Formats: sequence, C-alpha cells, structure tokens
Amino acid sequence: MFLKSGLEQPARLGLWLLLAPVILWLALLIIIPHIELFLMSLRVEDDWGEAAWSLDNYRHFFEERLYWLTFVRTAAYSLLVTFLTFLVTFPVAFYITKLARPKAGMILMILLLLPFWVSELVRVYGWMILLRESGVINHFLVSLGIIDTPMEMLYNDAAMLLGLVYTSMLFMAVPLISSLEGMDDSLIEAAHDLGASKWVIFTRIVIPYAAPGITSGSIVVFMLTLGNYLTPNLMGGKNSLWFTEQIYNEFIASFNWNQGAAFGFLLLLLSSFIVWLGLRLSGQSLGKALS
Amino acid sequence: MKKGVSTILCGALLGLSFNAQAEGVLRLLTWKGYAPQPLVEKFEKQTGVKVQITYSNNEEMIAKLRATRGAGFDLAQPSQDRIASVQAKFRLYQPIDYSKVKTGQIVPSMLEAVKKNTRVKDASYAVPFAYGTSGLIVNKKAAPDATDYTALIDPAYKGRISYRLKRPTLIAMAFALGDDPFAKYSDPDAYKQLMERVRDKLIEAKPLVKNYWSNGDSLLEMMRSGEVTVAMGWDNGGWKLHAENPDLDFVAPKSGALGWIDTFAIPAKSKNIDAAYQWINFMLAPENAAFFTNQEKYGTASRDAGKHLNPEIRANFERSFSQADIDNIKWYPPVPAKIEQIEGKILDQIKAAR
Repeated sequence: MFLKSGLEQPARLGLWLLLAPVILWLALLIIIPHIELFLMSLRVEDDWGEAAWSLDNYRHFFEERLYWLTFVRTAAYSLLVTFLTFLVTFPVAFYITKLARPKAGMILMILLLLPFWVSELVRVYGWMILLRESGVINHFLVSLGIIDTPMEMLYNDAAMLLGLVYTSMLFMAVPLISSLEGMDDSLIEAAHDLGASKWVIFTRIVIPYAAPGITSGSIVVFMLTLGNYLTPNLMGGKNSLWFTEQIYNEFIASFNWNQGAAFGFLLLLLSSFIVWLGLRLSGQSLGKALS
Repeated sequence: MKKGVSTILCGALLGLSFNAQAEGVLRLLTWKGYAPQPLVEKFEKQTGVKVQITYSNNEEMIAKLRATRGAGFDLAQPSQDRIASVQAKFRLYQPIDYSKVKTGQIVPSMLEAVKKNTRVKDASYAVPFAYGTSGLIVNKKAAPDATDYTALIDPAYKGRISYRLKRPTLIAMAFALGDDPFAKYSDPDAYKQLMERVRDKLIEAKPLVKNYWSNGDSLLEMMRSGEVTVAMGWDNGGWKLHAENPDLDFVAPKSGALGWIDTFAIPAKSKNIDAAYQWINFMLAPENAAFFTNQEKYGTASRDAGKHLNPEIRANFERSFSQADIDNIKWYPPVPAKIEQIEGKILDQIKAAR
C-alpha cells in the first residue's frame, strides 16, 4: 500500500505538471472569457442607462427577422461550402493516396500545403486581384476576344463561395488523406474480382472506409466557415452579411456588447447543434471521427 | 547549469522590460496617415520617446478603449463628436490639462469649438488636430453631373458607385432628402423615422452600388482604375487623386459637405502622459503640421502652418469649395447616446437586403 502510493504520487504530479499549460490555457483564455461573455449576454441597459438582468438579448434574436435570417443564411451557406469542399477535395485525396506514386504523392501534398504558408488575408487579396473588373482574368478574356467589356466577378455569392471553399480545402484534404491511406488496396481489388461496379465500390467500400475522415473534415470546415469573417466580407461585398459580421457590428458599430455577446453564444449553441445533428443523421460518433 | 540558464533568461526578460521603460514609449491609437513616418522619426530623435502606432477608426477606437476601460494606449485621436457621450458613459478619457498644451499654436475658434463639444461636467477632453469634410469623389469625365449625394442613388452610374456603409452615408443621404438629421439628434423617435426613410432609399438603390468600401486606399485604387466613378469619401482622398489625374476630384455636394474635426484625447489609463502632451505639441507645431498637411492633404488645426503650405493645398480647397459651399458645410455636433444603436440596426438592414 505504502509502496504503491509512493510510486504513484510522483507520476500523478508529473501528469498534472504536463497538463498545467493546457488547463491554464483553457481556463484563462477560453472558459473564463466565455463565462464573462455569457453574463454580459444576460444583461441589458434600460432607458436610464442602468444595467439589469434580462433575456431580452436572446429574445431580440428570434423576434427580429433580420437576425435569424442572417443566421440561417450563414448556416446554409456553410453547409453548402462543406459539401462543395468535399466534392472538390475527395478526388484529390483519392489520387494522392491511391493513384499517384509515393514520391509524386508527397510532392502533390506539398503543393496542396503551399498556399497555406501565407495568411488568409493575402490569399483573399490574391483572389480579388484575379477576379476584379480590372483584374487578371478579365484582362485575358478581353484580350482573347471572348468578351468585349470586362465584367465584375467579385462581390457576389459565387465569388464568396469560391473563396470559402478555397480557404477550407486543406482542412478537408488532410483528414481524408490520412483515412484513405489506412485503406488496404486489396479491398478494392477484391470487390472488382467479385464483379462490383465502380459506383458500388465507391459508395459501399471507399466512402464507408473514409467516413471518419469525412466527418472530422466536415466538422472542421463547417465550423471554420461559419466563424469566418474576412472572406465573406471582402469577396462577398455588399450582399454578404455573415453572422460573424453581425456580432462585430453589435460590438463595434452599435456599442451594444450585451447583444453581441448573446449573438456569440447563439452562434456557439446553434453550430454545436448542427454538428450534433449531422453526426446523428450520418450515424458517426465524434470520438471515432477524432481518433 | 540549469540555474545558470534560468538566470540568464530572467536577466534577459528584465533587460527587455527595463529598456522599454527607460526609453519611454508612446502608444498612439490613430487613423491611417495621421502619423507620417518622417515626423515620427523626427519626434523620436528630439525626445527619445519611441512611438508605437495602431491604426483604427472611430468605432474601433471606442471599442478598444472600452474593452480595457481606457488602458493600452497613451494617446488616441477620435473625432470631436464621438467623445462626450462615450466619456459620460464609459469614462474612457482623462481631462485635458490645457496648460500643458501650447494653445497659442492652435486656431482659436477650433480650439473653443472642440472644448465646448467635448465638455463633460466641468472638464473638456480633447485638443483639435485636423479637419476635413466628407463629400463626393467624382470622375468628372464619366460623371459630370454628380454634384450631390443623390448621385449615389442615380441609375445613370449603375455599378460605378461606392460608399462606406457607416453613419456618414446615412447622414449625407438624410441631408440629400432635404431633411436635417442633426436637428433630430435630440429626438430619437423622429431620428429613427428619418433613418428608416434613408434606409428605404439606399435599399432601393442597392443594385446600383458596386461595393461598400471599408479601406480608403482601396477606394482610391478603384477610382484610379475607373471601376468606380462616383463615391462618397474624404476630401483629401479626392485631392490626392486630382494630383495624379485631373479628371478625378473632390466635389462639395449641393446639400452640404459633412465637416469633421479629429482630435487628441488621452485615455484614462495612459501610462505616458508627458509623452502624449509632447506629441500633441509636436504635431501642432507649424512646420510639422504643414508637413502633415502637404503630404496627407487634410486641413490642420495649427494656426501658423499656412506659410509652410504648398500652393496646391490652397488651390485644392478653392477649386472644390466656393464661399457658399463653405457656409453650407454641416459640422458634426456631438453624437448623443442611443443614436448609434438606431443607426447600427439600419446599417445591418441595408447590408442584409437583397
């Protein structure tokens, strides 16, 4: 008894010491600010400028059509972006892991990573230089005689979606590649031998095998897109009210921090709910997706 | 060995913080262009104080200082109309000790106006620095008839229009509708109705807008390339463009350019008040103020800067403003509380509209 605890004590202390930075990080930078934000979201100012406890900030969200419509729009677009990102990335991931030679796969992987060495802001400005009316693509189209006058390709939903998909590709590609890499090629060969068509192989063997990777990639992409501020604002332009911008506006333009805090919490809750719903519908578990 | 390393580390850390203290740092929260690099270098040489600059705008300045209850910066540069109400509510600033300001350097009428507009209880909170107007920046070749804010909702310039989705646009449009938003500041209900009229106009004309600009440089870039021919912007931007291309210029709108004065205000928890006053006096010294105005084209509150100014500065002003235009400038009165929330919602509705 004595011996056992004597051995265990330092080990446990070591564990705590190892965990201390993480725990401090979580407590000081995430949990405590969120508690303050939550308390703030429950307070309102009455006409005399006095603070009082109230649920009004949350009620406003549901009463004002503008707010929840913006949220629905943001969530719907984020789901669409997640799906599009999957469509674009899956062939790439499949090619890198199954078709390309190992060395070529490595190079392709590096090419995929390369754009992410610069900041998101720079990448977005890159797209803006390409797409703007006096931009590179228009210049080529006009000089090739395909169109007569330059057209505006920025500041619409399509440009915004393009930017968002581009921004999130890597976060889908990496989990897809790692889950496809673990797949034994002989499974596909065996299915071929048994006469399965390509479509059947894809839907019955490849997709189920890659499901954890798809799930974790989708969660990351969905959350990142939902919380993005820069890309919708810069590339979507005048029509791109994103829910994060609504939060920013409440804090900065209206000086209504309480309302902004409530929006922040609603974003957290509703996005968690959507992820939970997605997991339930697809029959995946969070633990499996993250492992 | 281990001890040695940690001693060196501690020593290094102490040394770092010690250095920062000894030299003195002025943390300046300001607008882009308000601290030209040559002036910063001159100031650092003269005083030994290092200047750290953070660029911002009115709304973000207030939010940043509010988050820290007035800490984190030693000197800020909000517009004079955005000080009194936030000061009364959040106490972001400390009273200006005018005995430490070389008030002889400042245009007296402007100093008095700013003192009056930033007064809360018995103290005033700001020193004037620069002034200018918001109006139209126009490509006169493509849009010769753009003489009032209504050009921003004119189908003739479809897809060639840009403005900021911020409160000056709402106020400008209210003036263009023949109303007086400043007279309604004290009556939130009437103000709200007026803003709703403005909102409907702007939503109706939304398909005409190319984009809402948020960065002054990118607006100038779009004007240069001809992507935008009519924009709402600051006079100095229009004048900068005019120097490059005579077709582009600032136009004082018929219903009145919007006049603003930007100031110096000292945050409540400023750590280097002496350096703050040094910077204020330095920037308003005639030759420094003139350097600033020659480069950035903003008007200056420095009284004797005139004789150091380039002739084109005067020419700019006279070209864009007739005497009638000057008399018609609408100077922003202090913004009362509540108004910002009304405007915030209106701006959201415009942005969300299809």
